[in-house]
Amino acid sequence: MELKLVEQLLEKYFQGETTIAEEKQLKAYFSSNDVVPHLVKYQSLFGYFETQKGTQFEQKLPLQPRKQSTVKWIGIAASFVVLFGLATFYFYPSEPKHEDLGTYDNPEEAFAATQKALLMVSEQVNIGMESVVYLEEYEKTKKTIFK
Amino acid sequence: MNQNEFVQIITPFKDKLFRLAKRMLVSTEEAEDATQEVLVRLWNKNSALEQYNSVEALAMTMTKNYCLDQLKSKRATNLQIVHNNYQDKQASVETQIEHQNTLQWAEKLMNDLPEQQRLILQLREIEEYEFSEIAQVLEMNETAVRVALSRARKTLREQIEKTHNYGTQVS
Repeated sequence: MELKLVEQLLEKYFQGETTIAEEKQLKAYFSSNDVVPHLVKYQSLFGYFETQKGTQFEQKLPLQPRKQSTVKWIGIAASFVVLFGLATFYFYPSEPKHEDLGTYDNPEEAFAATQKALLMVSEQVNIGMESVVYLEEYEKTKKTIFK
Repeated sequence: MNQNEFVQIITPFKDKLFRLAKRMLVSTEEAEDATQEVLVRLWNKNSALEQYNSVEALAMTMTKNYCLDQLKSKRATNLQIVHNNYQDKQASVETQIEHQNTLQWAEKLMNDLPEQQRLILQLREIEEYEFSEIAQVLEMNETAVRVALSRARKTLREQIEKTHNYGTQVS
């Protein structure tokens, strides 16, 4: 690069008016070995900037997997459950259901049906009683042993 | 965004964050802590990251703010260690030492500047950001950036000339 151009660029540089490209030209010039004596003093400055570009960050990053997201999902799931529960209560109130089981108009027929039903119940109860007889036997044996 | 994607996003600029932090905090350890802190904060932003045009600019701004906070709190003031981890250029020991001395001296000059000028110099000279990018990162306007940069460069020039002419001029 011509000396005149360098001096011009340098002047622009100190005014803060050079572009990145022009600054690169200057840096290239100062990193070369044929810098004119009266500009050598700036060499260390530009040289310093160049060396600084190489500094690297070598630490490991302690990145924890985000817990935040799982907590968020659990929250979302829980709120859905609550909403669903509330909705069921709201839309389907648990009133006793009126199930129509039919009825008899004739009293005699009704009487017969009732008797039949009661008979059925007593029969079932008798079946239960039969097995209780065994229990009495057990009771006797117990008494003979633990007198 | 999973961990791998995040690492891919930050890889191009994590060194820049570190260099910026180091410029501000001087000590390598402090700068490492700052960089880690900023990156972890960035990671915790999670999907909000996608809203930003430039994650790099965001991260640089976060680093800048974090470092300024650190400098403000007294914590950082008593930990000023000058480091000299420069590249080994394989020159002879003498020239190497001489070289390192001038570089150290350049670093000292730069670190004596006000914080804002240091930030601007770092972004412009080392990271080679455009004025618009610097303005975005530092949350100021381009003209102000230009003025501050010019001021910083002129201060450096004055210091260089003062040292260079030391003992040679009778004033």
